[in-house]
Amino acid sequence: MAIFLTGTSKVVVQGMTGSEGRKHTQRMLTSGTAVVGGVTPGKGGQSVDFTGADGSPVQLPVFDSVGEAMSATGADTTVIFVPARFTRGAVLEAVEAQIPLAVVITEGVPVKDSAEFYQLAANSGTTRLVGPNCPGLISPGLANAGIIPADITKAGPIGLVSKSGTLTYQMMYELRDLGFTTCVGIGGDPVIGTTHIDCLEAFEADPDTKAVVMIGEIGGDAEERAAAYIKDHVTKPVVGYVAGFTAPEGKTMGHAGAIVSGSAGTAAAKAEALEAVGVRVGRTPSETARLMREIITAG
Amino acid sequence: MDLYEYQARDMFEKHGVPVLAGEVATTAEEARAAAERIGGVVVVKAQVKVGGRGKAGGVKVAKTPDEAESHARAILGMDIKGHTVQRVMIAQGADIAEEYYVSFLLDRSNRTWLAMASREGGVEIETLAVERPEALARISVDALAGVDAAKAAEIAAAAGFEGELTDKVAHVLEKLWTVLVEEDATLVEVNPLVSTGSGDVLALDGKVTLDENADFRQADHADLVDSSAEDPLEQAAKEKGLNYVKLDGAVGIIGNGAGLVMSTLDVVAQAGEKHGGVKPANFLDIGGGASAEVMANGLEIIISDAQVNSVFVNVFGGITSCDAVANGIVSAFELLASRGEHVTKPLVVRLDGNNAELGRSILTEAALPGVEQVDTMDGAADRAAELAAS
Repeated sequence: MAIFLTGTSKVVVQGMTGSEGRKHTQRMLTSGTAVVGGVTPGKGGQSVDFTGADGSPVQLPVFDSVGEAMSATGADTTVIFVPARFTRGAVLEAVEAQIPLAVVITEGVPVKDSAEFYQLAANSGTTRLVGPNCPGLISPGLANAGIIPADITKAGPIGLVSKSGTLTYQMMYELRDLGFTTCVGIGGDPVIGTTHIDCLEAFEADPDTKAVVMIGEIGGDAEERAAAYIKDHVTKPVVGYVAGFTAPEGKTMGHAGAIVSGSAGTAAAKAEALEAVGVRVGRTPSETARLMREIITAG
Repeated sequence: MDLYEYQARDMFEKHGVPVLAGEVATTAEEARAAAERIGGVVVVKAQVKVGGRGKAGGVKVAKTPDEAESHARAILGMDIKGHTVQRVMIAQGADIAEEYYVSFLLDRSNRTWLAMASREGGVEIETLAVERPEALARISVDALAGVDAAKAAEIAAAAGFEGELTDKVAHVLEKLWTVLVEEDATLVEVNPLVSTGSGDVLALDGKVTLDENADFRQADHADLVDSSAEDPLEQAAKEKGLNYVKLDGAVGIIGNGAGLVMSTLDVVAQAGEKHGGVKPANFLDIGGGASAEVMANGLEIIISDAQVNSVFVNVFGGITSCDAVANGIVSAFELLASRGEHVTKPLVVRLDGNNAELGRSILTEAALPGVEQVDTMDGAADRAAELAAS
C-alpha cells in the first residue's frame, strides 16, 4: 500500500511539451509510472515520443484540456510543470475537471494565486492538491508523480513527509536499505495544498506504513499544528527534523515560506513542540535517519 | 519586499485609500521645500523599515518650513536600530480625534487572507493582540470571493465601529483590499487609521509587503527596490540570480536545495561550537542543477566575503548525479581561473547520493588546490569549521 499515489494511478502531465515537462515525463516513465498523456492548450492532437520502462518506444498523446485527457485516458493524477505565470490557470482547470490528485511542481507562484486555487480545491472536495513549489510524491516501486529521483530507494515500511526536496532525497538515501511506502514533498511555500497533518493522517491509516519521518523548516506554524495532531491522532512512531535553527529573523531562506517573523516560526519552537508530544527530533539529518533506523530495526 | 512608509502612502493614494499629502526628501533643503509646498503644520518622519522610530526620535512635528528643515537635518543620518536614515517623509499634519487599526494579511495557518481591525490603533498591534485580544477583530476572507462592500462592512462592524464611522472605515477597507490584490501584496496595514475633528477617516501610516513571486506581472515594483540599503554581497548575488543570504560567520556555504542548505548552516553551527564558536557565513542555494557556471558564480561571491575562512560545498546528488556535480566543481575552478580569480580558501566538499563514488573519484583525480573531501555531512561540517577556526 501507499498513500495518495498507488500502482493503479494514471498520470497526465500539464506542460509535457516544455523542456522540464518532457524531461521529467521520461523519468516518470522510466521508473514504471503509468503516464498516459500530456496537456498543453493549443497542442491537442499532437503526440510526444518517449521510451517506456522496458526500453520500448512510447507515444504519449497531447490534449487541449485536463478534462479531455481524463475522459480519453482515465487519468486520475496530474503533474503540473507550467511556468509560474500560467500555474493559476492550469490548476484551476485541473480542479474544475475534478481530477482527484493535482501535483504542482512549479516554483515562484504568487501567493495570491495559490490562495485562490487552494480555496477552489478545498471547495471542490474532490481534488487533493500537493504543492506548489514541491518535488511531488513517490511510492517507490509503484509510481512517481513529480521530480523525486526514483532510483534512490525501494519500497519499505517508512512514510516520509517533508517541506524540502533535497532533504527528502537525503533521508530516502540514508534509509535506502529499509525503504518507504510513500515520500511526499509538500513544498516550502506559505500556502500549500497538502500539509504535514494530511500526510500523517494518511500514514496512520495505511497498514504498510510502520513509522513516519516528518521534515519541517522555519516559517508558519505547520509543525506546531502537526505536533498537536500527533498527540491526539497518531499512534505510529514519528521521527522529526526541523531545518533553520541558524536562520536570521526576517530573511527568506530560499523557500518563499521559510522566514522567521519576529519570534514566530522559529526552528527551536517547532522542535520543542514536536518533542513535547513524544516525537524524537534529530539534530542533524543523519541523526534523524539513525533514530528511524532504531525504530524499524527494533521491530 | 517591505516598502517604506512613503512608498506605501503613494500606493494607497493610487488605489483610493484616503491619505494626507506627503513627500519624500533626502536632504534638509528638500524637506524644507516639501514643507513649503504642503503648507501648515507638517510631520517629519524618518523612513526606515523597522518599528520604534518615534521613541528613537525619528518623528517630529514642525510648525514652519524652518523647523522642518532643522528636524530633517537632525533625523537624516540618524541610526535607528542599526538602520541609517537616508530619507524622511514630510507629511501634512492632521487634527487627530481618534486612532484605529486595519490590515489585511496572509493567514498561513488557514491558507487564506485575514482582515484585522480595531478601534484601538496607534499602539503596537502585537501587544494589543496579546493583552486585549477582544479589542482586535479577526475576520477570515475567502480568497476567491474577496472583499466587497458587504464584507468590508462586516469587518468594520466586527471591530465595533458604529454609525457613520462604520461606512467610512468600510470604504477604507474596500480600497485597501484593492491595494492587496492589484499590487500582489501579502500585507497591507494602516496604523493608525485616524478620524479627524472634521470627521474624515484617513490612513496616517502604512506598511506594505509585496510578493516578489509576482514580479513578473508587477513591472513597476522594480522601481521600489532600494538597493542602497542591501548588503553589497547580497546585491552582487542577486545580480547573478543566486539565492544568497549574508550571515555573520566564517564558514562559506554552498549547497543544493533550500532545506538542505538551511540544514547545512545548522550542522556547521553545531560543529562550530567545538571550534571556538565558528559560524556559517551565508546561505547559498545553487538549486538542483548545480551547473559549473552557477557553482563558479557562487564560489566567486563567497570567496569575496572577507569574513570567510573556509568553504563547505554540500551537495546531494538527486536529479543531478554526483559525477555531474563533481565535473561542475572542476569546471567552476577553470572558469574562475579564466576570470583571473583563484580559490585561495580551503574547500571541503561532501558529495552524497546518486553516483557518489564516481563523483568523488573525479574530484580526487582533479586534485584541485585546497580541496578536500569528507564523505558525510556531519564530518564535513566539522572539518570546515575546524579549518575556519585555525
